[in-house]
Amino acid sequence: MYNGGKIMLGLLIFLAVVTFPFWYNLGTADTIPKPKIETPFIKQHGIKKCVESKDYMRREHMQLLDTWRNDAVRKGERIYVNSEGKRYLIDLQNTCLKCHSNKKDFCDKCHNYMAVKPYCWDCHFAPKENKS
Amino acid sequence: MSINRRQFIKLAGLSAVLSVGGITAIDKVKANAQELPSGARATASAAGQIFGQSKPPLTAKRWGMVVDLSKFQTPEDYQKCIDACNRIHNIPDFGEKKDEVKWIWTDTFEHTFPDSNPRDRKEVKDGDELGLFIPEELKEKRFLLLCNHCDNPPCTRVCPTKATWKRESDGIVMMDQHRCIGCRFCMAACPFGARSFNWRDPRPFIKEENLNPEYPTRAIGVVEKCIFCVERLEQGLKPACVEKSNGGLVFGDLDDKNSDVRKLLRTHFSIRRKPQLGTQPSVYYLIGGIKNV
Repeated sequence: MYNGGKIMLGLLIFLAVVTFPFWYNLGTADTIPKPKIETPFIKQHGIKKCVESKDYMRREHMQLLDTWRNDAVRKGERIYVNSEGKRYLIDLQNTCLKCHSNKKDFCDKCHNYMAVKPYCWDCHFAPKENKS
Repeated sequence: MSINRRQFIKLAGLSAVLSVGGITAIDKVKANAQELPSGARATASAAGQIFGQSKPPLTAKRWGMVVDLSKFQTPEDYQKCIDACNRIHNIPDFGEKKDEVKWIWTDTFEHTFPDSNPRDRKEVKDGDELGLFIPEELKEKRFLLLCNHCDNPPCTRVCPTKATWKRESDGIVMMDQHRCIGCRFCMAACPFGARSFNWRDPRPFIKEENLNPEYPTRAIGVVEKCIFCVERLEQGLKPACVEKSNGGLVFGDLDDKNSDVRKLLRTHFSIRRKPQLGTQPSVYYLIGGIKNV
């Protein structure tokens, strides 16, 4: 083999650089986030139930929010009837965030973990959080 | 200069490695630098049968407004309405006229009704440079202006993304800030200058103490305008300016014969802005005011 040493050295450097992200991030893996729902409003009311089931919200909240956005702004329909027949005012800032007033511990936890950056907050106000 | 296969493979390998490693490194740096903006708390209002709603919404076939100028005498009368709107809708004050965002504002008779000004401005007729021969006080009077919510709005026809449209239910010319791409066709189409563009990020230009946490701000690069307080109508409230106008602004259903606006328009002479354009504005002005007619 011509230039055997150089090739092997090159291959080693190549492997080292290719695997760099893996060993650089070794051991720093984030634990799976657990969004908190302990906010003053939820504590006060004692109802730990969102507009739909936890499982549904976890999977479909983005689709639900998109539907809500179109219903509220474009169709002018502000009432959401959930699967149990309960009615809610469609409003991100005044319905969702009234309960979930802890954006940092709720929305951001998973969004940061999943590296998704919803642009809701360019316009919509995140609730002011009390340090408690 | 050509390269042989060996050099090509070397180069390809190197660039592949760099790009994979680079993306990972950039992501890591970005994640560390990320800082989240803080906002304001959503206040909890009394929850009725519908979670989050306190009053049944106000509805109409075609919302309209009558501006009774006799009720606007001092600059404060106008300012109260303008301030209420600015505050509720988080309208920024950029401090520069060319960047101005306005939903409701004032202007002179000459600018409000330019088509009533048939003569050359330089031509002075007995001291009346407009050639209008209208009462002196009217020439100096400020007129309250806002989106006319035209029955035949030209702005909605030019919008390429349907970010603005006339609501079939109540005739309000609505804006969907989510869908606006900032092309400003609507601004060019609107003959009343009722639309404003966000040349800059408005958030830093809203005073902290004026923030209304219940209403969103806008993003940079979208067009905004008066939406007849759609969000307040849905909560059973009249528009903010109407509430603060002390009866100077009358809001009601133009399609309802017995509504307040129709009663006023039936008994008083009113004019609209640029009616010859055929946009059918829904904002009417009682020029002489109720007292004078």
